[in-house]
Amino acid sequence: MGFFFTILALVVALGLTWRYLGSYMAAVFEGRVHFLNAIERPIYWLLSTGPSKEQTWKRYAGSMIVFSGVSLLFTYAIVRMQGSLPLNPQHLHGVSPALSFNTAVSFVTNTNWQNYAGESTMSYFSQIGALMVQQFVTPAVGIAAAIVLVRGFSRRHSPTVGNFWVDITRCLLYVLVPIAFVFGLVFVAEGAVQTLAGTLTVHDALNGVTQTIPRGPIGFMESIKQLGTNGGGFLNANSATPFENPTGLTNFLSIYLVLSIPVALTYTFGKMVGSVRHGLALLSVVVILFGAVVGLTATAEHQNNPAVAAAGVHSSVGNTEGKEVRFGDTSSALFAVASTSTSTGSANAAYDSFTPLGGMGLLTGMMLGEVSPGGVGSGLYTLLLYAIIAVFIGGLMIGRTPEYLGKKIQAREMKLAGLGALVMPIAVLAITAIAVSVSAGRSGPLNAGPHGFSEILYAFTSQGNNNGSAFAGLAGNTPFYNVVGAIEMLIGRFAIMIPALALGGALAAKDVVPESLGTFRTDNAMFVGLTMAVVVIIGGLTFFPAISLGPIVEQLSHGRFF
Amino acid sequence: MLLLRRSFTMAVICLVLFGFVYALAGTGLAQLAFRGQANGSLTPNGSLLIGQNWSSSRWFHGRPDDTGPYATNVATGVAGGDNPLVANGVAGGSGATQLGPRSKTLLADTRALVAYWRARGVTPTPDLVTTSGSGYDPDISPMDATVQIPMVARATGVAPRQLRRLIASQTHGPQWGFLGSSYIDVLGLNEALARLERG
Repeated sequence: MGFFFTILALVVALGLTWRYLGSYMAAVFEGRVHFLNAIERPIYWLLSTGPSKEQTWKRYAGSMIVFSGVSLLFTYAIVRMQGSLPLNPQHLHGVSPALSFNTAVSFVTNTNWQNYAGESTMSYFSQIGALMVQQFVTPAVGIAAAIVLVRGFSRRHSPTVGNFWVDITRCLLYVLVPIAFVFGLVFVAEGAVQTLAGTLTVHDALNGVTQTIPRGPIGFMESIKQLGTNGGGFLNANSATPFENPTGLTNFLSIYLVLSIPVALTYTFGKMVGSVRHGLALLSVVVILFGAVVGLTATAEHQNNPAVAAAGVHSSVGNTEGKEVRFGDTSSALFAVASTSTSTGSANAAYDSFTPLGGMGLLTGMMLGEVSPGGVGSGLYTLLLYAIIAVFIGGLMIGRTPEYLGKKIQAREMKLAGLGALVMPIAVLAITAIAVSVSAGRSGPLNAGPHGFSEILYAFTSQGNNNGSAFAGLAGNTPFYNVVGAIEMLIGRFAIMIPALALGGALAAKDVVPESLGTFRTDNAMFVGLTMAVVVIIGGLTFFPAISLGPIVEQLSHGRFF
Repeated sequence: MLLLRRSFTMAVICLVLFGFVYALAGTGLAQLAFRGQANGSLTPNGSLLIGQNWSSSRWFHGRPDDTGPYATNVATGVAGGDNPLVANGVAGGSGATQLGPRSKTLLADTRALVAYWRARGVTPTPDLVTTSGSGYDPDISPMDATVQIPMVARATGVAPRQLRRLIASQTHGPQWGFLGSSYIDVLGLNEALARLERG
């Protein structure tokens, strides 16, 4: 019953967010929101740029790449040098070069894959200045890239696609910071810790034990961690720890926050291209795919854990291994799906200990290409790539030149969309194949048997999709996993984002073809079905052989333990 | 060159505004408005949000995390003690066992935990034989507490009827009636038990 009302509350809250945050973000990127002019103007002055200085897609992409490179350098330098920086009450040393590189790439690509335990590795300076800063910056970059693609459809004969610096500044000031600040305070009110005072040692006179309790500026990082679909927690066990995610309410708000911007961006898209129905069509694809994965995972996690059953303990509360009592099985499953289907990767339970089919649900959310609804910005532009492929296939079927929103989809557009859609599956499968072929890769898993393979597959699926969650038994802090993982995260971010920007530039330069009776409709149920089929075929069929070797074999191994 | 200078300037602006101004303003406001929560929800005996190792039968036990009756991680052989920084034997932090659902180690650990509880006259529930996601889950379900009544009643001499009433008074329902599950904070429960025994 509780789960039913949780879903109902989520649907109502996200419905309102879709409509109102969606139209608000359209206003932000069309330059109609100004309440923080006093901060916005000086930033443009310092950067010697402004809204009137439009960029071509190439200059836009150049700015994004160079800025991401500089962000990488800043993040790397701060965690390397944290030993000599302030705000380090535990006197932690600088982080090793390979781990610093992996961490910097991870946070700059919005992945937040963590090969370290936060509370014993990162100083408060690193957490705030290196990691949390990127949790603000990278979603802004992702949304900016999505907005460029949207402008491709909304503009005609335009050589330019907007100004990168203006877009990210507006996104930071008017969207990310205000929402994160308000929710940060709610997290603290519920029990999330927010202090610079360092760890605390307490003695319990009742049972005679002494504890060292890790603390830090956690609550306000928590809100942007979820809102920006980042997922990198302050503490090792992420949102499972009560200091990050103390109550049922914060758990619900975490789920709501990760879904809010990716869902609302489909409305922003519809509004900016002048057809909310087109936004609704994309939202329908998202809702159906997301609902199916939630159904699978929640049902699977409501079953008993096979090892617990074999030890003779009956369960009416589902699989409790790796889950917290205050959330329970279904809310943990809902959180996990929200996190893996949005490229967030935060975790309120140990995903490694999910049942075989539950874990498969999480893998599926990522393998669909992070489009249901996907990361902030990255979800929308990847979904639009799939929609363009669907338009092309639809056009072939009825023998007409494919058009989407009045823009002709020609060879150049199809090449870019195909490139963007295929790069992730190729990277994930090729790198997984390499990892299981070399001993440096095979030495990673904690678990034996098919689950060990799942741990490797999950790691590279997660990093290739910039998700960042893990089957965390895998020992990832090795030179092999640090370096290969970093390369894959870079591919997963930029080899999709740059084609999306190029596509935005190509479309913006085109004229709009007037709609006729023969135009293939792209705002109805037929198109929703076709787009979903493209997503499922690229994600589902490409990965099916790999999934069979992991979760499916594990599920079918009744009575066997590894 | 202009692009590089712009990128550096923007990186510094982000570091200052969206890193330190945001975090310090948040910390200041949190310390003013929600001091107790912001500092870790502390009682004289620990934090209500961090599980502890209740090894004596006089007290209700938490879940068998590092900080439960199961202080040595069977898989790694690492003794955790009672330090949340070494939860579940994971040196360096909070964390779960990460054992898969068909793991032989998990099966052996679960059997060891079933034996642990049976030896204390308790018929274990799933929560009591599995470890949590954080490694220091501070809570148990009302059912997890109820099955421990025979153990605690025998060790303390408090009547089972009184313990049942105590459990009922310490049970938090799902938040707002539907968010999450019913739970009992183990430290809160044992502090209430200590008050009850003092009379």
